[in-house]
Amino acid sequence: MMRYLMPLAIFMVLAVFLLVGLTLNPRQVPSPLIDKPAPKFQLNQLHEPEKIMSSDDNLGKVWMLNVWASWCVACRDEHPLLVQLANSGIIPIYGLNYKDERNTALQWLKRYGDPYAISIVDIDGKVGIDYGVYGVPETYVIDKKGIIRHKQIGPVTVDSLEKTILPLIKELQNQA
Amino acid sequence: MICQFGNVVRVIVFSLALFLVSPLNAWAKEAIPVAEDPEIEKRMLALTVDLRCLVCQNESIADSRAEFSNDIRREIREQIKANKTDKEIVQFLVDRYGDFVLYNPPMKPTTILLWFGPVILFMVGLGSLVVYLRRRRLQIEDVALSPEQINEAEALLNEDKKGKNV
Repeated sequence: MMRYLMPLAIFMVLAVFLLVGLTLNPRQVPSPLIDKPAPKFQLNQLHEPEKIMSSDDNLGKVWMLNVWASWCVACRDEHPLLVQLANSGIIPIYGLNYKDERNTALQWLKRYGDPYAISIVDIDGKVGIDYGVYGVPETYVIDKKGIIRHKQIGPVTVDSLEKTILPLIKELQNQA
Repeated sequence: MICQFGNVVRVIVFSLALFLVSPLNAWAKEAIPVAEDPEIEKRMLALTVDLRCLVCQNESIADSRAEFSNDIRREIREQIKANKTDKEIVQFLVDRYGDFVLYNPPMKPTTILLWFGPVILFMVGLGSLVVYLRRRRLQIEDVALSPEQINEAEALLNEDKKGKNV
């Protein structure tokens, strides 16, 4: 009996491991920046290039940083959701316009709607490197003390909003 | 006429050859290294062969032509120019992208299984082989043949010899 059960048991263990492996997404690399202070930046704004926005301006409130670009196809997928979220007034969204061209970026916002309180321009992707950006769109939830609490890699979906992001925002907003 | 026709063919073949060769030429031009300082380039390459491109995950940053890798290579060049040590540069990237950028995972509590798993598996395999062989040796008993069986065996052997003689 053991003779037949043992290989079966080993096979089952292997199968379970492989099955779990199938459900993992190799693109979701856990960010080491979670629960660390959001990297500081001082960048020119997209709409008013002469103005500068600093990451410190947002201390004291919970905010979202959404990395986007007009050349990014997946950004279009999540965009209606971001517009909706911005309109709800739950949380201010700031846009990091990543390695883009100013005019096309402005046109893109005109065409698809502008959910951003302010968009800032990261022309050479330097701030992107600081934030560990490797696949646009990416979205960060940053708390009142300027700590990164969540990173969404790839487009924000209804599912990720309802299950993770919105409850987290609520929790963070209730913190002192 | 025939002579002219031959000329036309020659011209066509020649321009075809030109057409085929010229794009190769253009590519060759593009491949000229852009770095101004070969020393920096050498250090940058040595560092990036062991770093993973996060966009195209099975390529190193040295090999990859992805925009992401271009940016990281540029960043590393700048940091080398700023006299950062290799260790500092790697740490800079790990702080931002995690251990996943390293093709050589560091020894940490979470990676102990990764480092020692193969050795442990090998020991388990070796151990079970030894146990199995010992048990089998105990199970096999020497059974003495009865006189009849010996006779029978000799008869069979003799028969074989006779067969060969014939």
